Amino acid sequence: MQTTGPALGVSTTPEPATPATQVRVEPLPQDAAQPFALRDCALIAIATGVRAHNLKELQDRVQGIEPGCLYYHFWGGLLRPRFDDPEYRNDFAIWVRNEVHDEELAERLASVDPTQHETLEGLREAVAEAIESRLEVMEAAAWQRTQSPFHFVRSQIAVFDTGQLLNQPSQLAECLPRLSLGSVFYHFIDARRRVPEHLDDFRVWLQHWGARYADLCDRLAEVDYYFVSLADLRKELAQILGEYFEIPPRASREEVA
Amino acid sequence: MSLLEQYAAVAGEEVVDQLMQLGSKVKGARVMHVNSTKKGGGVAEILDRLVPLMQEVGVDAEWDIIDGPEEFYECTKGFHNALQGQHVSIPASRLRAYEQANERAAERLRPQLEAADFVFIHDPQPARLLALCPGRKGKWIWRCHIDISRPFLPVWKYLRRVLAGYDASIFSLSDFAQPLPFPLYLIPPSIDPLSDKNRELTRQEVEAVVSEFDLDPDRPMVLQVSRFDRFKDPVGVIEAYRFAKPYVPGLQLVLAGGTASDDPEGEVVLREVQIAAEEDPDIHILLLPPDAHRTINALQRAATIVIQKSLREGFGLTVTEGLWKGKPVVGGNTGGIRLQVVNHHTGFLVSSPEGAALRIRYLLKNAVERQEMGKKARAFVRENFLLTRQLREYLTLLVGLGHGQTERIELLG
Repeated sequence: MQTTGPALGVSTTPEPATPATQVRVEPLPQDAAQPFALRDCALIAIATGVRAHNLKELQDRVQGIEPGCLYYHFWGGLLRPRFDDPEYRNDFAIWVRNEVHDEELAERLASVDPTQHETLEGLREAVAEAIESRLEVMEAAAWQRTQSPFHFVRSQIAVFDTGQLLNQPSQLAECLPRLSLGSVFYHFIDARRRVPEHLDDFRVWLQHWGARYADLCDRLAEVDYYFVSLADLRKELAQILGEYFEIPPRASREEVA
Repeated sequence: MSLLEQYAAVAGEEVVDQLMQLGSKVKGARVMHVNSTKKGGGVAEILDRLVPLMQEVGVDAEWDIIDGPEEFYECTKGFHNALQGQHVSIPASRLRAYEQANERAAERLRPQLEAADFVFIHDPQPARLLALCPGRKGKWIWRCHIDISRPFLPVWKYLRRVLAGYDASIFSLSDFAQPLPFPLYLIPPSIDPLSDKNRELTRQEVEAVVSEFDLDPDRPMVLQVSRFDRFKDPVGVIEAYRFAKPYVPGLQLVLAGGTASDDPEGEVVLREVQIAAEEDPDIHILLLPPDAHRTINALQRAATIVIQKSLREGFGLTVTEGLWKGKPVVGGNTGGIRLQVVNHHTGFLVSSPEGAALRIRYLLKNAVERQEMGKKARAFVRENFLLTRQLREYLTLLVGLGHGQTERIELLG
């Protein structure tokens, strides 16, 4: 199989002269004709010093913070140490529930799906709109000082090659159980910012075998990754691919222990 | 089994593979850590394990310390208390001792410090070394392990001047940080699952320690492990025990701690604790040497509940240690304890001795929930707070510092 056809991926590496949120199309490394190049990523958090002490301040700050903060507060929770909140996946929703004690707004913020926005500016608008619509009915409570402020944090992500190349989809099934969580994040979640139609890298690669893996792609498309930790997501993906390629499941570390 | 293989057995092969790959991006980089003690306290414990692991993944890491006369430690203890909000007066003579200790350390360490690619200065004690190394070529990072969100201003103003010129800082939590004119990275600390403090122990080892300190293995035991320091509120723990005791007559309390070589106040606080205990035979105050890691490990495993009722706390590694041993933790609602203790999941956050007593009673009454919380606690630490995660973040930081403030760094090809 040869590498041909249109560019398959988009990168969010910001150009100096363009806004950080603008995507730049570039060829994907895991092109159809090539093996799938497994990559990994690691995230480091950086405090911005910007804080919000009440809901009104949150609204104001969200309008002006750098786009990287939105990325961090929606996705960073998966790659940084924290206790998994079983209900809310983004930091705005968690803070509104825990500190502002407004369940309704927390629910609205939690339902903002970052993958449904082409750019971080679109995501910013969705967050701001959710807060704004609530502020209209909250009146004085919006200015009430919370016990702990919301700290705006941005992140720096280092993406790197693992040096591992997969030639056949069955190899993906074999390696998934021991893929790093950074790899799972990069290929299955972060990809949706880089790949047209919000696909993940695995499906993009599988689609280059034509209809052969269409069923598998459909099953991967059904994975709702928004409510699980990366470790659980890895387990779910490994199960889907393992069943498809009939690879017996490996015992987890907990089970071995 | 190599060091990395041992970590892979606990944290996962994929975790170690990732460290090797990240390490290859900064292979051979000369990294120097400087703090003020080789023994006692969380910083020394982390460096004792982090530095060899950094070496394993290809980084040329070294660790040295700054030391000085009694007056130097009194000064830095004053810094420590002032940064955590106490109004502390630091006489000029102590400041001079601080500066002289840094000058002496600079004389000794200057060649390594100036040649290093990255220098990590831990806490304020060695912070003046930067100004004393004019020929430095690498990036200097100030690693602050404590909560300085509400510092005593006169002392903070002095230290802020000392910190001018650093390239970056690291805080454990964003709540702890102060605005500084360089990037503020956020890296929570971690525990080492292979250290004597955290490795698996046999039942016999645990029983031997229980017996050594005349503890009754058949009665519930609440344990706080920490230095004898007012911020750890050991007297508040005794109050909590007294509130709970009428409801749980068999309750035993163990306060196990020591004094670090850089903490001159420890003995005063220890005396206060002994007075508060009033020779109650079920309150066991154990003054342990700084290297009693296995003893502490055994006590944590023998405990029914771990408590860390701090009033102010940096990160609270003793909480992480307790969680790793599968114990729910009753923790003060402060600092990094809030990051680790989640009500009804890994323990309970409390704000008073009365609250601590209530939670102790609750956990002792509900054995099944206590065990479930313990399981969740251990899994939580495995995913988030092992040394391997901290090393990953340090390596990412090293990579990041070499690439400016770009949001995404692609190290491909």
